[in-house]
Amino acid sequence: MQQNIFKKIFRFYYDGFKSMTLGKTLWVIIIIKLFILFFVLKLFFFPNLLKKNYSTDEERSRHVIEQLTNKK
Amino acid sequence: MTESMDLAVVSWSKAQFALTAMYHWIFVPLTLGLAFIIAFMETLYVKTGDEEWKRITKFWMTLFGINFAIGVATGIILEFEFGTNWSNYSWFVGDIFGAPLAIEGIMAFFMETTFIAVMFFGWNKVSKKFHLLSTWLVAIGANLSALWILVANAWMQYPAGMQFNPDTARNEMVNFWDVLLSPVAVNKFLHTISQGFLLASAFVVGVSAWYLLKNRHKLLAKRSIIIASVFGLLSSIFVGLTGDGSAYQVSQKQPMKLAAMEGLYKGSEGVGLVMLGMPTPGKVYNDNKDPFIFKLEAPKLLSILGYHDKDAFVPGINDIIEGGYIYKNKNGEEAVALSAAQKIEKGKLAIQALGDYKAASDAKNKEMMVYHKKILDDNFEYFGYGYLKDASATIPSVPLVFYSFRVMVGIGLLFIVFFALVLYLVLEKDLEQKRWLLKASIFMVPMAYIASQAGWIVAEVGRQPWVIQDILPTVAAVSRIEAGAVQVTFFLFLIIFTTLLIAEMKIMFTQIKKGPKEEGGK
Repeated sequence: MQQNIFKKIFRFYYDGFKSMTLGKTLWVIIIIKLFILFFVLKLFFFPNLLKKNYSTDEERSRHVIEQLTNKK
Repeated sequence: MTESMDLAVVSWSKAQFALTAMYHWIFVPLTLGLAFIIAFMETLYVKTGDEEWKRITKFWMTLFGINFAIGVATGIILEFEFGTNWSNYSWFVGDIFGAPLAIEGIMAFFMETTFIAVMFFGWNKVSKKFHLLSTWLVAIGANLSALWILVANAWMQYPAGMQFNPDTARNEMVNFWDVLLSPVAVNKFLHTISQGFLLASAFVVGVSAWYLLKNRHKLLAKRSIIIASVFGLLSSIFVGLTGDGSAYQVSQKQPMKLAAMEGLYKGSEGVGLVMLGMPTPGKVYNDNKDPFIFKLEAPKLLSILGYHDKDAFVPGINDIIEGGYIYKNKNGEEAVALSAAQKIEKGKLAIQALGDYKAASDAKNKEMMVYHKKILDDNFEYFGYGYLKDASATIPSVPLVFYSFRVMVGIGLLFIVFFALVLYLVLEKDLEQKRWLLKASIFMVPMAYIASQAGWIVAEVGRQPWVIQDILPTVAAVSRIEAGAVQVTFFLFLIIFTTLLIAEMKIMFTQIKKGPKEEGGK
């Protein structure tokens, strides 16, 4: 019974994607865009500085307090 | 701190954020409004069983799909920028932003994977009523998704329901409802989404008018115009009402923004609203130049709109800098306004107290911790002023805010007349003969986008130098990174977004030229 539901959902999406016309072009745009966003920009240009440079929240808060109070 | 800060990083980071937000905002309002217009059309289809309504629904759904596909995830870049360019800020606000953005993310994910799929793939596969329900849920979900982002934005304009924790350097939410239901958040949400409804209505009327001019798809065009002009008229009136509510909140919570919107340097009682004017170029707050080359005022209107009292005192830029006037504080009590210099002093005390508290905490000196915490708490509402070099740093760009405000309001009022006229003529079956109005309808589509962008300029440039009103200025919020790195990504975004915009326009125009299909496009 449960498998039938999953099968039905799968068929619903599968048929939907298969019968797309303009939608295919739009999906290509979405995939290229997401690739550029997450695998180019995020990876190479937009590191989360606090996560990258500090391993604990305590270190992060200490760093931000130093930045805000100019103690460094 | 400001002295050691590379101001180029601040400028480029601000420019990049503005670029990203403005491009993102090209796509969002059409999604917010068109989703509801489609829901109205499909409701008529389900109620009447008229296949033409189904064809109309599917056509606008295709255009909705194009806009949604091109625009989706453009907002995620703003979050990338928080982590890299604005790391101090993202840490400082973390707990406040965490809840609304998490809810937004979950809602958007479920809406996009489930109900949008039913909207596009579900014709003839699910029941009519379930399909209609999905369409309505997409419309409601998209707008609720916007709610959480706008709540986060409103909190930056009016930080409510939070407490600063000096141990973690984070603002922590103490009352979720104060954040969600702050008057600034409520007005901002209603004003922004109704502006999206207006823009989408203008889009539908504009495209339909083009069909009438070309003598094509006339039934689709006329029916679409009826729906969109009713929705547009109601929305444009509502935009005006919520705009009035927003302006009232600005008067109370961000008086400097209001003064910039009006080019008001010297306040008084019973101040008029500048209907039309030209601020004097190069005017600074402490020179003797007349603020305007010319201006046309509606007497006492600013006092009425801003304070609901025709004789209310409205402080100008100079008054806010010099202080000494009576105003209502956050608790609704009358108080004497501090000068900018006094606020800067208090801000410096708060910053020093934060550093001293941390040092006392490291030394485990509880007595000194309590002492410094008290100083910090007493002065925290002016924390951000401590980073400003002088009073002039508290003033946003007056000409930009002044002109943007008039562009937004002027076009907004024009839309009330426009939708009323289009609705009247289409109901009188006289619209096709008024070819000038059909041509004007096409011209009104970009006007809606211009008004929409101008609104964001008023909201965001008007609150400069603050990232969080009074608590954190841009100069303290930005990360210590190389300006060159931000420049590179600025131009990268410019290329990516421009490409996406060109793609959107090209696909959209092609689809509009093709017009509706018997079975609709997916």
